[in-house]
Amino acid sequence: MTTFLALTLVGLVVGCIYALTACGLVVTYTTSGVFNFAHGAIGMVAAFTYWQLSVGWGLPVWLSLLLVLLVMAPLMGALVERVLVRPLYGAPIGVTLVVTLGLLISLIGLANLAWPPTTTRVLPKFFAGRTVTLASLVVSYNEILVIVTAALVAVTLRSFFTRTRTGIAMRAVVDDQELAALAGTNPQRVAQLSWALGATLAALAGVLLAPLVTLDILGLTLLVINGYAAAMVGRLRHLPATVSGALALGLLDSWLIGYAPGGVVNVLKPALPMFLLFGAVLFLKQERLRAGSLAGVRMPRTPSFRRSVGSAAAFVVAAWVVSGQLSAANLATGGQGLVLAFIMLSLVLLSGYGGQVSLCQLTFVGLGAFAMGKIGGGSPLGLLGAIALPAATGALIALTVVRLRGLYLALATLAFAQAMDVIFFSRALGYGGNLEVARPSLPGIDLGNDRTYFVLLAVVFAVGAVGVLALRRRAFGRRLVALNDSPAACATMGVSVATTKLIVLTASAGLAGLGGALFGGLHGSVSPNDFVLLNSLLLLLLATLGGLYTVSGAFLAAMFYALFPVLQNRYPGLGQVSYLLTGLGALSLGRNRYGMGGQLADLGERLRAWRLPAGQQAEVLHAAG
Amino acid sequence: MTIDALELIDLRAGYGSIEVLHGVSLRVPPATVVALLGPNGAGKSTLLKVASGTVKPTAGCLHVGGVHVNGAAASDLAHAGVCRIPEGRGIFPNLTVAENLQMWTGVGRLRAGEVAERTFTRFPRLGERRKQLAGTLSGGEQQMLAMSRALLVDPAVLLLDEISMGLAPLVVADLYELVHSVAAEGIAILVVEQFARTALAVADHAAILIQGRITRAGTPAEVEEHLSEAYLGGAA
Repeated sequence: MTTFLALTLVGLVVGCIYALTACGLVVTYTTSGVFNFAHGAIGMVAAFTYWQLSVGWGLPVWLSLLLVLLVMAPLMGALVERVLVRPLYGAPIGVTLVVTLGLLISLIGLANLAWPPTTTRVLPKFFAGRTVTLASLVVSYNEILVIVTAALVAVTLRSFFTRTRTGIAMRAVVDDQELAALAGTNPQRVAQLSWALGATLAALAGVLLAPLVTLDILGLTLLVINGYAAAMVGRLRHLPATVSGALALGLLDSWLIGYAPGGVVNVLKPALPMFLLFGAVLFLKQERLRAGSLAGVRMPRTPSFRRSVGSAAAFVVAAWVVSGQLSAANLATGGQGLVLAFIMLSLVLLSGYGGQVSLCQLTFVGLGAFAMGKIGGGSPLGLLGAIALPAATGALIALTVVRLRGLYLALATLAFAQAMDVIFFSRALGYGGNLEVARPSLPGIDLGNDRTYFVLLAVVFAVGAVGVLALRRRAFGRRLVALNDSPAACATMGVSVATTKLIVLTASAGLAGLGGALFGGLHGSVSPNDFVLLNSLLLLLLATLGGLYTVSGAFLAAMFYALFPVLQNRYPGLGQVSYLLTGLGALSLGRNRYGMGGQLADLGERLRAWRLPAGQQAEVLHAAG
Repeated sequence: MTIDALELIDLRAGYGSIEVLHGVSLRVPPATVVALLGPNGAGKSTLLKVASGTVKPTAGCLHVGGVHVNGAAASDLAHAGVCRIPEGRGIFPNLTVAENLQMWTGVGRLRAGEVAERTFTRFPRLGERRKQLAGTLSGGEQQMLAMSRALLVDPAVLLLDEISMGLAPLVVADLYELVHSVAAEGIAILVVEQFARTALAVADHAAILIQGRITRAGTPAEVEEHLSEAYLGGAA
């Protein structure tokens, strides 16, 4: 009985912290319609700032708390709303998601700069060591503080939203932003306020959580992400359901440790929130099919088949010439870039054309590398497996999540990626160890030679690019873009939304898997660290920055991504800066959602316009914006 | 000379690269009802959106009470006395009736209690349903709730966008009686309506908007003569 009570208490405390972070998430999402992926990172930064103030600089606890919760966090939330979120209202989910992902990545980069992980930081618990005994159960003051705080916040939020004019205005803005403005409420000010409130709740969760765990940048960020699951239980709207979801998650987690057999705990425990998230997303009510909206932005032109084949051939020749000049190290970096570019092609197909956001692309890459490593030592059979296993998994995922779109699809894939990360990759590749992956063998060609392999990668990328572009021009490509534009219109025209999605998810997973096999071959081995969730997020972020809609964008982004580790090795300080820059680059997406590739295409249009007669020139320039 | 409550001078506006209004001039003097008629897609709703600050004009001038207000935010224009009842239902469906009324206190110095009292005296049916979500009201009741905003905030100019949409003819007649009484209080009103004759019956002036341009303006009787050719494309 005492064990049960003790476990329940621990679960309750953790659940309360999840509830705080989840409520913050719900508040910002409902009032601005932008899901804040950086919510956990804000909590993390708050926890570290609190450590810096109270332990690092020795300020009194009450002053540190005051500064973090009432000054830093609200300012940060308001600033994020003003700078990042405001240009995004009405933008497609792909863009809003990537921008907040950018914020997540830059906050992690910033934290790594400010608090290098080399030193261990510990936060003392509140009211250190003081306890009270309730019915044979020892309860610390810290635990009481957490529970009381969460209860207070829940009650206050509830009456704030139903009784105060500002709270009602926040809900009104969700209902009808335009009408709120017509009734004299400034929706932007309301949204800014809600972001400040959301950030404060994230900070509160971070500060309360930090003393219970070790201060670890990634760990803390991900722990707060567990609140996503709770927020989904409340359908991102309903605060009481959100709180119950959070408490259930905390309790389940705690009871699992206490009562389930060790083997089950090890497998299930780290992935529990992700299972809950996946389940909550799956059982969501079907949302209405969105009708198309007016597109004021021009898409980059798709090059003709002849043009794309010509460019591809030139690309391969250039790669061959360049490869002769590169040192072994640069050859490896370049090869990495080419592999990543190929992997990003799968995103061009899925997210660029199809508008489906996937946060688990590296999971498919990992599955591809896994199949290649386990089957047939470089034989064609291995390659086949490297395509088939991820494609089959992709199809399975597609069948499960086929009715999800936008944010919910993104969250489901995020849960899948994180669950695979902690359950599958950390085990299947050997615990923290490496799995050897052979290079594919071609008759008569020695792919063991790095330069030859580099050229092979260039050929594969070029063929893949030509293939993706060819697909875009065909009926299937048009169907994909139409699906992205207006699922409702597609459905009424007899285009099966489900089938199209199934095909594109499967194809994209297969492509990513092939990329994984080549990735493994390039390095000779893969480790679980290659496929962690954060890298998947970074991949999508960079691909979007490069331009999800263009093949050239994918190439540019991949080359930049490949340079990351090089920069980090050569200038250790700079590595984090490049994370920071990437995150900041996401700022520009509010303005040009087609990224660098889109801007290049724009430039191309402008150059083309010079050769046209004056009348047409003005027209083209006008259309190019 | 009186100052117009609302004045549009050679106004242009649109969405993205698509221009909808190609230079529209229109005046709404105080205590006057102006009916704006025209076929679908003529830009009537866009004109009201520009006048209320929801859509920003790209050229021309927008004057409210003689003050140049190009580019002002919708919420600021609301405080300046522009009140637009948007197409469909101008209410918050997921707030209760009482909470909706509390939102109306965004303009003016009204207190929540006073707002509720005045509204429920005028529309007792809303009083019976004050705790109900506004989305669960009938179409006519929702439109009453929407109109209650116009009655409370004492606007300088009232913009009504298709208030008859989806309502029974009897309810429409009630609503227009209400419009008539509001106009009698001296408020300038610009009415956009598909039921041309209903609107013309209460209007002092009328104008026809076709493809983003005013093609005819004058007294209701003058305009009515040209209505059928306007709608059937003869004048275009």
